Amino acid sequence: MTALGGLLRKEWFHIRRDRRTATVLVALPVVQVLLFGYAIRTDVNDVRLAVVDPAPNSVTLTIRNRFAAAGVFRIVAVVPRAEDLDPLLQSGAAQQAIVFGHDFAADLGRGEPAQLLVITDATEPNTGSLLQTYAEAVIQGYERETMVGRPGPFGPGRTISIIPQVRLRFNPTRESSNLFVPGLMAFVLTIISSLMTAISLTREKETGTMEALLVSPLRPWEIIVGKVTPYLAVGFISMIAVLVEARLVFRVPLRGSVLLLLLEGALFILVSLALGLLISARTSSQRLAMLGALLGTMLPNVLLSGFIFPLESMPAPLQWISYVIPGRWFVTIARGIMLKGIGLGYVWRETLYLAAMAVVLLAASVRSFHERLE
Amino acid sequence: MSAANGPAKAGPSEAASHRDVVRVDSVSKDFGSTVALDKVSFAVEKGELFGFIGPDGAGKTTLFRILVSLLVPGAGRASVLDLDVVRDYRALRQRVGYMAGRFSLYPDLSVEENLTFFASVFGTTIQREYEQIKPIYTQLEPFKDRRAAALSGGMKQKLALCCALVHRPDILFLDEPTTGVDAVSRREFWDLLGRLKEGGLTTVVSTPYMDEATRCDRVALMHRGRLLDVDTPDAITRGFDRPLLGVRAKERYKALLALRKFEHAHSAYPFGDVIHYTDKRTGVQPDRIANDLKAFLTANGFADVSVEPLTPTVEDSFIARTDSDPESRIPNPGRVA
Amino acid sequence: MSELVIQASELTRTFGDFTAVDRISFDVKAGEVFGFLGANGAGKTTAMRMLIGLLNPTSGTARVAGHDIYTESEAIKRSIGYMSQRFSLYEDLTPRENIRLYGGIYGLTLAQIRDRTDVMLKRLGLTQVAGQAVRSLPLGWRQKLAFSVALVHQPRIVFLDEPTSGVDPITRRQFWELIYEAASNGTTVLVTTHYMDEAEYCDRISIMVAGRIAAIGAPADLKREHGVASIDELFVGLARPEVPSSP
Repeated sequence: MTALGGLLRKEWFHIRRDRRTATVLVALPVVQVLLFGYAIRTDVNDVRLAVVDPAPNSVTLTIRNRFAAAGVFRIVAVVPRAEDLDPLLQSGAAQQAIVFGHDFAADLGRGEPAQLLVITDATEPNTGSLLQTYAEAVIQGYERETMVGRPGPFGPGRTISIIPQVRLRFNPTRESSNLFVPGLMAFVLTIISSLMTAISLTREKETGTMEALLVSPLRPWEIIVGKVTPYLAVGFISMIAVLVEARLVFRVPLRGSVLLLLLEGALFILVSLALGLLISARTSSQRLAMLGALLGTMLPNVLLSGFIFPLESMPAPLQWISYVIPGRWFVTIARGIMLKGIGLGYVWRETLYLAAMAVVLLAASVRSFHERLE
Repeated sequence: MSAANGPAKAGPSEAASHRDVVRVDSVSKDFGSTVALDKVSFAVEKGELFGFIGPDGAGKTTLFRILVSLLVPGAGRASVLDLDVVRDYRALRQRVGYMAGRFSLYPDLSVEENLTFFASVFGTTIQREYEQIKPIYTQLEPFKDRRAAALSGGMKQKLALCCALVHRPDILFLDEPTTGVDAVSRREFWDLLGRLKEGGLTTVVSTPYMDEATRCDRVALMHRGRLLDVDTPDAITRGFDRPLLGVRAKERYKALLALRKFEHAHSAYPFGDVIHYTDKRTGVQPDRIANDLKAFLTANGFADVSVEPLTPTVEDSFIARTDSDPESRIPNPGRVA
Repeated sequence: MSELVIQASELTRTFGDFTAVDRISFDVKAGEVFGFLGANGAGKTTAMRMLIGLLNPTSGTARVAGHDIYTESEAIKRSIGYMSQRFSLYEDLTPRENIRLYGGIYGLTLAQIRDRTDVMLKRLGLTQVAGQAVRSLPLGWRQKLAFSVALVHQPRIVFLDEPTSGVDPITRRQFWELIYEAASNGTTVLVTTHYMDEAEYCDRISIMVAGRIAAIGAPADLKREHGVASIDELFVGLARPEVPSSP
C-alpha cells in the first residue's frame, strides 16, 4: 500500500470510530434540515383569525362560519372597527384577520362589488398565503351557492372581491422555507469541512502522532490530502443527503441542474476545507481549533451569507465584508440553481469568486503547514 | 573512549566501522527566555547503545527533536548519518526511526492497524519486515486486534518501538521510552534494546532513570541544557573523586542531620535506608573515615550504626556534578561544604 | 500505643465487571511514612481516591483521621492534605498567592496565612522568587512548594501521588527530607511512587498487584523475608502478568 493509501485508510478508521465525529457527520444534516424546516413552518392548523364586521348580518355570519368550519381557522375575536385589530395582531392574539367592507351585505344585495379585506402578517408567510387561498375558496363556494349563474361585476357568479393586504412589520425574511435550504447546506458543509478538518489535524498534534508523521517520508501535500480527502467525501454525501431530505420532506424545488449544484457544492467544500487547514496550522489545541472554526467560518457564514438575514437590508460595510465570505457566494449560486433554475451562464461570476478563493486558500494552507514543530 | 563490544555483526548496509553516525557541535536552543540547550557537543559511534540520562527540563526532548529534524538549532550544527539535520532533513527522515515521548500512537486504532499504517508510510508491509520486528512483535501478536488505548503502558511502548523499527531505520532515536512504565516492563524493554544492539543497530535513548545508565555502552549526563559528562558508565563512576561511604543508623533522619554537622562532612544524601557520605578531607583512607563517623554518631546517641565504603553509582556521580552547579540557587542542605 | 490514622478493612471497588481494588486491609500509624507501591493499573490510585473521600467504595470499611469514609467524607477532606501529580498549584499565580488561596480554602486566618507563608518560603529558599508566577519556576521547586502548600493547614495526614516524578536526584532527596521533617512533626505521610529506591525511605510499604496487597511491612523485613537485596527485585518478583483484561 502506498503511503497516501495508508494515510487515507487510517483516517477512515478515525472517522468510523470516533463516536462524536460520526454522530455529528451523520446526524447533523438530518437534524439541521428538520430543525429549520419545521421550526419556521408555523402550525397550519388552528390559525387564530380576527374578524372585523362593522355590520353583522346573516350574510357576514354565514361567511364567518364558513371560515371557521373547516377547523383550519379559529375565530378569536370579532370587532366592529378596523382600528381594533391593531392590538390583536400586535399582541399575537390573532395571526390573521378578515375585514368585511362597511356595506358588505348591502352591496351584495345590490349586485355591487363587495369588499373582503384579507390581512396577513408578513412574518407568517405560510399562513398568509394559506389564508388567501382559503378565503378565495370560501367566497367562491358561497358565491356558487347563493348566486349561481347570476352575472356580477367580476364575471359570472363573481361579486365579492377579495383584497389581500399584507401588513409589514419588521420582517427579516419575506421568503419561505425554500430559501433556507441553500443556506442550510452551506452551514452543514462548513461544519463538516472546516470544523472537522481543523479538529482532525489538531488531534494529531495533541496526541503527538503528528511528530511521527513529520519524521517520515510523507510530504506535506500527502499529509494534507490524506487528511482532507475523507472529509471531502463525507461533505459531498452530506450535501446530497440535505438535498434529498429537502426535496422529499419539504418539497423544496430543484429547478436547475443537479450536476451543476453538486459541482458548485464541491467547490464550496474545497474552500471550507482550506479554511479548516489554515485554522489548524495556527494551533495545536483541538479546543482552539473548534473555536477558530466556529468564529472564522460558521458564524460569518450564518450571519453574512444571506442565509437568515437578507444582505440587502444590511448596512453597507457589512455587505462589503460579505464579499469575502464564501458562504455568501454559494448561497446565491445554490438559490439561483434550485429556485430559479438558472445555469452556469448566470452564476459564472460567483463561481469564479469561489474558485479563486479555493485556489488562494489552498495554496496558503499548504504553505502554512509546518514541516517542523515550530 | 570507544565502545566496541566484541565482533559487531554487519549492519543493514555497510561493514562495521567506527565512524560517527551522530555528530553534534555546540548546539544551543532557546524558547523565548528559557535556555533549553546550551552549547551541547558530542558524537555517537555506529552500533552504540547511547543513553541520555537526566531529569525533566534537562533538554533531552529538545535535543532529540533537533536530531530527527523536527526543530532547528538556534546555534551550532548537527548531523546524523552524515546528513545535516537542517539541510538534508528529507533524506534524513527516510532513514531514522523515531519514538516520541509519551505514547504517540493512534489510540483508536488496533495494534495491527497502527503497525500497518507506519509500515505503509515507508512503503512496506508487516509481512515484508516480519523477521526484522519478530522479537518484539511476537509479544504483541496475541493482542493484535486490541485498540492501542486499551494496552498497558509497557505494551504501548513495545508497540511504539515496533512502529519505529518496521521500516528498518539505520538509527533509532527513542525519547523517554520507559517513563511512566512499571519496573518489570522497563527491564523487558531494555532487554529488547540489547537484542537490537546485537543486530548492529545504533540506538540513542533518553531516560530520567539513573539506574538504566548501566545498560548503555556510553551515557551523557544532562542537566538544565548542559552535558555534564559523556563516557561509559564505568568511567563516569570511576571519575567520582572522593571516597563514598554508606552510613546506616536507627533514626535515619536525625542521623542525616547530625552527619551534616560533622566537622569534616562534605555531603550527606539519603539513598533509601543508607546515607551516602563524602568527606572534605583528601588523602584520608575510607576505613579511617568510617571509624570517625561511627565514633561521632555513637557519641551522639545513635544506635545500630554501621559504616561501609561504597562503589559510587551513576546517580552519585550525577549528584556530585549537579551539586557544584552554580545555578542551583536553593540552599542545598545536602552539600555542607 | 501508636494511634491508627488509617484503618482499612476489606476495601473493594469495582467498575462494572472490573475489580480495581480487591478486598484490601491495612493500617497506618500516626507519624508513619507509608509507601503505597504498585504498577500502573494495579489499583493504587483508586485505593487512594477512596481514602481521601473522592470515590465511594463498593464494599468494605475504612476510617481516615478518625472519620468514616462513607459518611464523613467532607470531614476527611478537611483533615487531610493532598498533592496530586497532575495538578497541585495554579501556574499563573505566584507562590504567595497559591499559599493564600489554599490557606483560605482550609479556613486559616489572614494572620496565620501570613506567618506560615514567610516560614514556608524561607524553609524552601523561595523568598527571592515569591513574586514570580509558579510556571516560571523549575519543576523541582514547584513540587516542593506544592508539598508545603498541602501542609499549610497542618493536617494529620498528607497524601502524595507520585510527587517526585521526573524531578532531578538532588531535588528528589530534598523533597524526601521535607517528608521526613513533616513526619518527625507528627504528620502521617502516605506516598505513592514509581521509584523503587524511594520505597526504602518509608517506614512501611505495601505493594499492590492486580487490586490486592501482595506484600506489606517494613522494607528491611520484606527484603529479608523474600531473600532479595532491593525493593526493586521484590517488586519484579511479585508482579505477575496482569489480569486477562489487559496485557
